[in-house]
Amino acid sequence: MKIAVPVDENKKDVCVSFGRAPLFLIYDCDTKGIEYKENPAASAQGGAGPKAAQFVADSNADVLITVRCGENAGEVLKAAEIKIYKAEGCSAEENIKLFEENKLAQLTQFHAGFHGHQ
Amino acid sequence: MRAAVLSGKGGTGKTFVAVNLAAAAGKSVYIDCDVEEPNGRVFFKPEGVNTETVYSLLPQFDAQCCTGCRKCVDFCHFNALAYIKNKPMIFQDVCHSCGGCLLVCPENAVSEIKRPVGIVEHGHSSGVQVVTGVLNVGEASAVPVIKAALEKGKELDDNTTVIDCPPGSSCSVMESVNEADYCVLVVESTAFGFHNFRMVYELVRLLGKPCGVVLNKKDVPYEPLESFCRENSLEILAEIPYSEKLAELAANGKIAAEHDEQAREIFVQLLNRIGGELE
Repeated sequence: MKIAVPVDENKKDVCVSFGRAPLFLIYDCDTKGIEYKENPAASAQGGAGPKAAQFVADSNADVLITVRCGENAGEVLKAAEIKIYKAEGCSAEENIKLFEENKLAQLTQFHAGFHGHQ
Repeated sequence: MRAAVLSGKGGTGKTFVAVNLAAAAGKSVYIDCDVEEPNGRVFFKPEGVNTETVYSLLPQFDAQCCTGCRKCVDFCHFNALAYIKNKPMIFQDVCHSCGGCLLVCPENAVSEIKRPVGIVEHGHSSGVQVVTGVLNVGEASAVPVIKAALEKGKELDDNTTVIDCPPGSSCSVMESVNEADYCVLVVESTAFGFHNFRMVYELVRLLGKPCGVVLNKKDVPYEPLESFCRENSLEILAEIPYSEKLAELAANGKIAAEHDEQAREIFVQLLNRIGGELE
């Protein structure tokens, strides 16, 4: 099973934005391997959410841990059958640990896009 | 002459200036591109109104023909497409109807359907041809309706066309001023008015449009605004006083230039200064 987490440039903190996070941390639960992948949607002019979601789906992730997620990205992730969990206010690694201990709640609220007006 | 009337801030008096300018010209075309709240028709009360529906194109995918090459997804500059579990997905609000996906699909799996997004009304009020774009509530993009309204205005082509723009300085404003010969920037003499005015000024400069300023609802001068105009050699075309009478006329849906001699004088002069024709 693979877990994706949007992270800041320091590769440690969970990025508050899903679509425009600079990197995704991809964690393989079986091999315990960690990979960092550049988010191709980070500087998209529009539609960053669906594009980032497509990227996460193409990374074969089964789970996404994120602070928040937009409606369009949510639809892509749902179609890809990726489970979305709400990140807690700690590092990406700690969030993965919490997930493995079944301590993270599923994300149920999806916001309408910010479209550059955060 | 096609004059676009714009302002950064809403409530500055774009519609007031645009309506009065068109009315002062006598014979003219007035195009309301403020399609989210088109109010020019409230003043003109046009007669003999015809309505045309405006459509936007939305791609549809034929799952039988699609081989999953993803050329469309990669091509879409707006990221309105995704391809998940062997199925293409489209995000209607993100799509700009550019038709690119249809062009790049090697399997002819993409077709386009017409989706109604608003209407364009056309009627007349004395000598003024009144064209009004009305966007359906909840639509994300005003551009298709603005395009259709401008197109309709072109068909009616008269010597003087006045384009009432939406507020702000976004895509919809850019579309509205695109083919204007001249931009009239309506400004309120306040800090807020000045701030948003600078944004539209930057836009019309970028588009290389000649422009001038109308100070509306002016009582005391706002010095930063006036020195900005001096420094940038921006002509102040007209000053409209802060007047209870004008406000009352507007609140009653009346066109000031038709009921107030002083207002009429201001708009006739404004028209002359921007090169419009008086009939």
